[in-house]
Amino acid sequence: MTYTRRETLVIGAGGIALLAGTPAMASAVEEAIAAFTGGAEIGESGIEINAPEIAENGNVVPIEVSAPGAEEIMVMATGNPSPPVCRVSFGPAAGSSRLSTRIRLAKTQDVLAVARMSDGSFVQTTRAVKVTIGGCGG
Amino acid sequence: MTFRAKKTAALAIAMSFAIGNTATAEPDLDAVLVINDELEMVTITEAPAHLEGALDQAISGWHFRDAATRRLETDDFENPAFLHVEQGLTAWETVEGTEGESCASCHGSIEESMKGLRAVLPKVNADGELWSMENYINDCRENRMGAEAWGWNTAPMRDMTAAIALQSRGMPVNVAIDGPAQPYWEQGKELYYKRHGLLDLSCASCHEENNGNYIRADHLSQGQINGFPVYRLKQSNMISLHNRFYGCVRDTRAESYERGGPEFRALELYVASRGNGLSVEAPSVRN
Amino acid sequence: MADVKPRVKIPSSAKAGEAFTVKTLISHSMESGLRKDGDGNPIPRQIINRFTCEFNGTSVVDMALEPAISANPYIEFDAQIDAAGEFTFTWYDDDGSVYTTSNGIELA
Repeated sequence: MTYTRRETLVIGAGGIALLAGTPAMASAVEEAIAAFTGGAEIGESGIEINAPEIAENGNVVPIEVSAPGAEEIMVMATGNPSPPVCRVSFGPAAGSSRLSTRIRLAKTQDVLAVARMSDGSFVQTTRAVKVTIGGCGG
Repeated sequence: MTFRAKKTAALAIAMSFAIGNTATAEPDLDAVLVINDELEMVTITEAPAHLEGALDQAISGWHFRDAATRRLETDDFENPAFLHVEQGLTAWETVEGTEGESCASCHGSIEESMKGLRAVLPKVNADGELWSMENYINDCRENRMGAEAWGWNTAPMRDMTAAIALQSRGMPVNVAIDGPAQPYWEQGKELYYKRHGLLDLSCASCHEENNGNYIRADHLSQGQINGFPVYRLKQSNMISLHNRFYGCVRDTRAESYERGGPEFRALELYVASRGNGLSVEAPSVRN
Repeated sequence: MADVKPRVKIPSSAKAGEAFTVKTLISHSMESGLRKDGDGNPIPRQIINRFTCEFNGTSVVDMALEPAISANPYIEFDAQIDAAGEFTFTWYDDDGSVYTTSNGIELA
């Protein structure tokens, strides 16, 4: 079997991505979580992400994170070239621990949120969002 | 030449595959568009008589978008187009040019003087020429204000057309297609059905014959223009109608027409007439 | 940055201790620093990197934003008050600009 130059390039690029890209990305997310939690154990209940299952345009994806009783929430887009999205702390005049915003998602991926609760514990959750890439111009 | 013919054939096959064989999805026709909890819009209506045999219903592009995109249009605060409307409203009050005039100094309140205008444009002016809103704006700027004309597709022009169009929101689109408008309408209709580009597609190929289907990942609408200018999520900006036309024609791999040129103004009239009876939805939100 | 305009929506009055929704939007391109211009040169990052909301000097939210926040940042959250007073909203731009707007509120 022979490969054209172009096919070889594509395979090569894929191979590099597999070898180098994915673990680097995963560790960027892990490092950010570790920096946020200080390595503490992370629970999984009491935090929620609302986002569309399928986003029509990755440029503007509405999301809502809430974690009743949380003092601070960090949001990450695990599949973005640069995963951090935002980090919000709720002060004494906040009416809840909830934030709605619109985010950029480069591709189909998991959105992850970690919350620091008032007792110093941490909880996290993820939500899968499929991103469709439209081709029409304008 | 051989190469080009082959390439064309290959592309045509690719396109017919993309249109014909991908999953179909119906637009959500049960959704109702109510803006700010008070203004209910006509987003589906009986197609105008001239579309007999082509379309039964005129359906706003709003129905073809997903729930998250649709929701952005239901509240003027959440609709990012309103950042641009505000710029347009500021420009309305701003004196520019050698004559010391603003839009407001002649026309007064935009709410009263511009109400209904979006619904009837483009129309034939006193000189027998078909004009879009942009032509009227630049005529005022050059001849009454002594100011420079705005480029058709520039930010101040898009913001102003958004601010003016808003004053007709909720009113039915009602462009004239008879009398002096008729030759322009015929020209626009011919363009609508004319196949363009290497992909050999007409407006009708996608928006009449295949609305509701997907072309790659794009959910094809009827191509109604009652929502223009639109805030488009892809560019995160206001998009003028002629820029949308430009992109469509370019995507057929044709040399596109000039934004603001006679071809697109005629096409604007014809496409607007396909949506006569739909509410003016501008400034709308699309993906 | 030219043409930066904040918009804020809060009720004119609220009951003491009862949460209500605050919506904010600001016109800003949120240039990510990851894009290139027509000549292939990287477009430098320029984003709103921080947003704060305070009520009579007390924090409601304090948010750090990254380039993954969409253009024209929309931020919605809940607040509560125990007295009439003033909300102050502040957006911090990478270029050092600070955009501020204030809204008064009554106790219902």
